Amino acid sequence: MSVLRPPAASRDGLDVRGLSVAYGRGPDSVAAVRDVDLHVPPGSTVGLVGESGSGKTTLALAVLRALPAGARIGPGRVTLDGDDVLAMQPEELRAYWRTRVALVPQDPLPSMNPSHPVGRQLAESLQPDRPGQADRDEIDDMLDSVGIGDPRRIRRSYPFELSGGQQQRVMIAMALLGRPELLVMDEPTSNLDVTTEAAILELVRERVRGTGTAVLYVSHSLAVVASLCDQVVVLYAGELVERAPVEPLYRQPLHPYTIGLLDSVPRIGRSKRQAPLRPIPGRIPSAAERPAGCIFAARCPAVEDACRAQRPGMDAAGEDHAVACRRWQEIVAGTIDARQPAPPSFHDDDGADTVVLRAERIDKRFTVRRSVVDRLLRRPGSEVHALRRVDLQLRHGRTLGLVGESGSGKSTFARAVVGLEPADAGRFTFLGDPLDRRVERRSRDQVRRLQMVFQSSDEALSPQRSVGATLRRALVRLAGTDRSAAGEAVATLLESVALTPDYAERRPGELSGGEKQRVAIARAFASGAEAILFDESVSGLDVSVQAAVLNLLDRLQREHDASYLFISHDLAVVAHLADDVAVLYLGQVMESGPAGHVLARPYHPYTEALLAAVPRPDPSAGPAREPLAGELPDPRQVAAGCPFATRCPRVLGPVCHEQAPPQQLSADGDHRIRCHIEPAELERLQAPLMGEEPG
Amino acid sequence: MTRYLARRLGFLALTLLLTSLLVFVVTQLLPGDPASIILGREAGPAALAQLRAELGLDRPVPVQYGRWLGRFVSGDWGESYGTGQQIRPLVTERLGNSLRLAGLTLAVAIPLALLLGVIAAVNAERWPDALISVGSLAVVGLPEFVTGLVLIQLFSFQLGWLPANASVAPGAAFVSVLPQLILPAATATLVMLAYVARLTRASVLEELNRPYVRTAVLKGIGQRRVLTRHVLGNALLPAITVIAISFGWLISGLIVVENVFNYPGLGRLLTFAIDRRDLPLMQAITLVAVTAFALANLIADLLYALLDPRIRLG
Repeated sequence: MSVLRPPAASRDGLDVRGLSVAYGRGPDSVAAVRDVDLHVPPGSTVGLVGESGSGKTTLALAVLRALPAGARIGPGRVTLDGDDVLAMQPEELRAYWRTRVALVPQDPLPSMNPSHPVGRQLAESLQPDRPGQADRDEIDDMLDSVGIGDPRRIRRSYPFELSGGQQQRVMIAMALLGRPELLVMDEPTSNLDVTTEAAILELVRERVRGTGTAVLYVSHSLAVVASLCDQVVVLYAGELVERAPVEPLYRQPLHPYTIGLLDSVPRIGRSKRQAPLRPIPGRIPSAAERPAGCIFAARCPAVEDACRAQRPGMDAAGEDHAVACRRWQEIVAGTIDARQPAPPSFHDDDGADTVVLRAERIDKRFTVRRSVVDRLLRRPGSEVHALRRVDLQLRHGRTLGLVGESGSGKSTFARAVVGLEPADAGRFTFLGDPLDRRVERRSRDQVRRLQMVFQSSDEALSPQRSVGATLRRALVRLAGTDRSAAGEAVATLLESVALTPDYAERRPGELSGGEKQRVAIARAFASGAEAILFDESVSGLDVSVQAAVLNLLDRLQREHDASYLFISHDLAVVAHLADDVAVLYLGQVMESGPAGHVLARPYHPYTEALLAAVPRPDPSAGPAREPLAGELPDPRQVAAGCPFATRCPRVLGPVCHEQAPPQQLSADGDHRIRCHIEPAELERLQAPLMGEEPG
Repeated sequence: MTRYLARRLGFLALTLLLTSLLVFVVTQLLPGDPASIILGREAGPAALAQLRAELGLDRPVPVQYGRWLGRFVSGDWGESYGTGQQIRPLVTERLGNSLRLAGLTLAVAIPLALLLGVIAAVNAERWPDALISVGSLAVVGLPEFVTGLVLIQLFSFQLGWLPANASVAPGAAFVSVLPQLILPAATATLVMLAYVARLTRASVLEELNRPYVRTAVLKGIGQRRVLTRHVLGNALLPAITVIAISFGWLISGLIVVENVFNYPGLGRLLTFAIDRRDLPLMQAITLVAVTAFALANLIADLLYALLDPRIRLG
């Protein structure tokens, strides 16, 4: 890009050799990254994949020399186009940062100075010490090219005034303005909605790839990496376990950990009935408790004694394909099975169609409070119509998945169902009886039978109370279990969520995220709940842990004949678990029906767009279709017509903006949609998104 | 912003109203009858009753409060029981003196404290930090009268550089009284310094660990510029509030300092009023001091809002 820079072919890009990074000093020092090799050629994108604790962010920051105080780099070598990065002295380092590298971080908002306008911060990428002299046209061109429509206004805005998607676009613009040879992106889309994520990934594909910049893309998501990268590097507990070009890695993963990760990822088009998830048992060893032999041995299905004796080195298994496993040849040959065992699966389709929980015309508005001054000046209060006449049915023993982007009203609906934030209008029926909108007016029995599991179990578990005490309390107070029998009941409950009885003595602070979530689930079942609401309950978990929790939920549902309302922004998770699905947009159900139909052949344009945006853990799936234009409109200013009209690619004309769309049923009765377009026409328009038909 | 301003002004009015009530209740209703204080112990019951009626002390309490507040607001602060002087000119003159001393103290203490705080934070866990922390702790542990006496001993009696007595003539020009102000201001400075410096250090350290600092560093901005252009702006915002609060410390510190140096400010006038149980004088001084403190906090809040775009535009 730069005039002075030699062409990409003659450069070497980023090269990392035998790099270790440790935190702390002396005997307490722990290695976060051990002996890692990595190469990112100019113009290529390398994905760095791993679960939390894998050291991926530490490695990325080490390459930038941007580690926090307390971290020690070395031994090892890091070179960029042959220049030794670790040997750079302060002035050289400043030049390295200024002209050669850039970082796009996970959280854009805290990564910008809150009290400087965005324009000044962008200008610093061009003129670090003289932002006033930066070329504004160049900044505007860059903002325009990262998809910001009104660069001059955005330049004058402060970071907090921008939406999450705009913030990340600005961060990308900031990084690209410095024309880096190496761009490190650390989970840049992890906190964004799926449609925004798709737009940002498209932006990276268009603007970054092919410019000669070497990109190191850090992600926990195999799906994102598959859709974006040329090469993938898999890290486990600070060590490199497999490195390969994207296509062979996904087609034939060689390391049992990579195999396990891919088997843990829920996919759209493969429900729990078709392909159960195969979670990786156990947990990632902490930096202090790493074994002498293979780091994955404790969780590996193909482990043998020799694996524990010596740490395997990286073996070349093919062109550009390297793996740190002694038994990869046997895995290739198929003589051993390196997959985790599949859980027993017995799904029946003949479940009764009794409705457990019915929600009819549920309505909820939030008024933004008016101050005294507003009242004096007679300014109108603004109002958010969070739920608009939501109709939903939860069938007995089934899972209803509720999907939508942030701000769609998913959580508001869940809170209205359990009565925490009562609905303004509408009617709930639970097990045949009316269910009052307010929790105080519900019978103890109704409360007991309708439970909720939150995203963060910290909300539900008291940090001072031991796990056993929490469960006993639920057993005694809600389920009416006798105090003397409670101890045994606690042990049974813990066992049912695959925790050992000694967990009863622990406090939430001593548990991992997955374990806490298991306790929260056990607590919901302790009261003898028949319907359970899960609000993003698996969203914060690593993929291997998430798979185990999803399987657990499935098993408990069958054992207890429970019904689930499962809320998630992650369509793949919902596609895996749900029997029925409802798609929410700005408080309205746009489409609902059996999950296998709605998520395989969506009728509603919004469902279609949402599904198209989901990255697939399969490089052959190709990039997603044209991402949805625009962003979620301000919920206070939703027009009278269809809420999706402002972004809909199939908008008919003024009718969509002016009239509320009618509720329509497809000919087969499987899709209930809210759209002006005829179902038959929609059926014709929607090409199937995936080959498989629901089984 | 207008909404914010209106809310702050409302709060200010409410604070002052509550304080006036508190001052009134404490001074007027506690045991110790003003009439007997004025007339002395030997006064006859008839004389006492007459004075009570004159002072309005026989009226119901809410009426007394209303009349008192109304007079105060309209500028009639009454006469001193002790000297019979009009209170308002007396208090305003002494207030001027105190503000002079407070102004000088703030002008020295704030920049110095901020500087020390920033130096300590930038060198966190190294010797300059340790030196500043230990030094400021040692100073803050000493009461003002000790610090003041040590300074007098050193600079007046031993070295003879500065006057020990700060009793200035009314209406004297600032420049002419400056030498007399130096020691009292230095004493008051030492009182505030440690507090503001430590909070500044904490605030700067917190900002230094924020991700935007990493963003700035990775743009290749020089270390000093990252500190001055990025960190300080955000770190010193909370310092504004701290300074306003420490203004309260300064007011109470000045009471002692003015007495030690015999400086004719509001603080010494208050000790005088307390000695004589001069209720109207005490009330006036307390209300003036509280108003000054509340105004300082209002200014700090407004300044904060003006500098923080999240409040200014939000």
